[in-house]
Amino acid sequence: MPVDLLLIGVKAAIFLGIWLTLVPAMVLVERRLSAFMQDRLGPNRVGPFGIVQPIADALKFFFKEDVIPHHVDKALYLLAPAAILIPSLVTFSVIPLTEPFGFSLFGQDIHFKFQIADVSIGILFVFAVASLGVYGIVLGGWASNNKYSLLGGLRSSAQMISYEIAMGLAALSVLMMAGSLSIFDIIQMQIFNGETGKLFGVLPVSGWLIFHQPLAALIFIIAVFAETNRLPFDLPEAEQELVGGYHTEYGSMKFAAFFMAEYCNMVTGSALIIALFLGGWSTLFFDPWVAGLPVFFKIFVQFSVFMTKLIVVLFFFVVVRWTLPRFRYDQLMNLGWKVFFELALLNVVITAVVIGFMSVS
Amino acid sequence: MATSVKVLKRPKLNLLEQTYLPQVMAGLVTTFKHVPQVKDTVSYPEEKWIPRDGYRGLHRLNKDEDGRIKCVACEMCSSACPAHCITIEAEVSPWEDREKIPKRYDIDLLRCIFCGMCEEACPEDAIELTEIYDFCGYIREDFIADKDTLLHIYDLTADGNYYRDLERSQKLFFTGHKGAEDREVSPEYTRNLLKW
Repeated sequence: MPVDLLLIGVKAAIFLGIWLTLVPAMVLVERRLSAFMQDRLGPNRVGPFGIVQPIADALKFFFKEDVIPHHVDKALYLLAPAAILIPSLVTFSVIPLTEPFGFSLFGQDIHFKFQIADVSIGILFVFAVASLGVYGIVLGGWASNNKYSLLGGLRSSAQMISYEIAMGLAALSVLMMAGSLSIFDIIQMQIFNGETGKLFGVLPVSGWLIFHQPLAALIFIIAVFAETNRLPFDLPEAEQELVGGYHTEYGSMKFAAFFMAEYCNMVTGSALIIALFLGGWSTLFFDPWVAGLPVFFKIFVQFSVFMTKLIVVLFFFVVVRWTLPRFRYDQLMNLGWKVFFELALLNVVITAVVIGFMSVS
Repeated sequence: MATSVKVLKRPKLNLLEQTYLPQVMAGLVTTFKHVPQVKDTVSYPEEKWIPRDGYRGLHRLNKDEDGRIKCVACEMCSSACPAHCITIEAEVSPWEDREKIPKRYDIDLLRCIFCGMCEEACPEDAIELTEIYDFCGYIREDFIADKDTLLHIYDLTADGNYYRDLERSQKLFFTGHKGAEDREVSPEYTRNLLKW
């Protein structure tokens, strides 16, 4: 039992470590890369190439005066940053980063799963918890007692609820193909189908679902953008209209919590995209070779592959942010309800028909 | 002749274009193309922007071929100055070819608007505006450029390479170049400040 607790602790430390490394790195990459895209240099003064910049930022946040404006609802005002940060962290805990593997520690054989919690309802858990994130934004907007914050919060809740439907439906077609809710099973199916080339028996392509469900993948990726409040869907914090949006009244570390939650959501969203559509730790064509490696090598390769994919997808987030302009609010709603909802539904129907047809013949 | 009106038709989008995806991809490519491009940023203290010809920066008092001050203390510049920032006191010239030279020639750089009217007015081409834009000082008195300072600026900028010679421009030009220690804060100047 103590060993189990120790393992849980180690896993939690690893996941928190990944998160604490990726988020500041993302902030820096975002600033530097966006500068390069705009023919600027970006922050390059703190440390070599400015790599210590996020630490400087964090220190600044820590030492700033912690102001609570007198017109806010204190309890909710303090609750909101936590309410937005926790769901984004919790979601990350059910995503497996490698295959489970066995080794012995203190004379005990241990079956190590590289995820904090192997929840059998996996993807449902993700959606359930991720949708709680909207409470942080709404609470922040409401508690601030400021019209801009409130508008930001309302927009955000409307946006997240609209896009969650399309997101869920897109994921549903994946679930139908996998026949399982567990994220681990979905990744395994992608690898297995890649090896046998039997998915729908049509094309000898890789098992990655993005090749088999391109429409679902597209809708899912766009919905993730909307869920994380990133451009082109960053209406909750549209600076030109809403000052800062739901976090207008927040300063110092409480603002940093909102800021980190956005990036943390990006990391979680990217991990989901990878798990559902980009084959998780699958290596496109080298899976049989990887499977033959000694255990720890195999785990190392799988972990590196997952991390590489994560970085690539995060990079994509940044590039998209600095390319596309923001949607107008009515356009956003039209797109969500009149385009993506229908397309996702259509995709579910087509998938169902094809699966039914395959099982009959 | 009647003006011919060219009717522009909104181009019809095909199905692929209606999804906006090709345009989004084209946008991503454009964004990416900018990443390796040469950046416009000038890393200021290490690199310095070189002003174009005719830039109106810090003033200088020119010297003639013999190294003497060109100014004849005619006060045309101080009359032309819209900001009243030039103060001239004349004395009898020690040389044959002119009657007066300035005993005192002060420019209050905090009052100066760098319009270049003094340069326009000068009959002797004695005062000129240079390309120096990053001068600084600690107290208000630092920003009164006196005759020696202005002649010193001529030495710095005579070859027109002030910013091309990085070592010269690395030392931020200090208008109170006499140094902070032996600086005198004249009560007269402070009084004048209050008066204006």
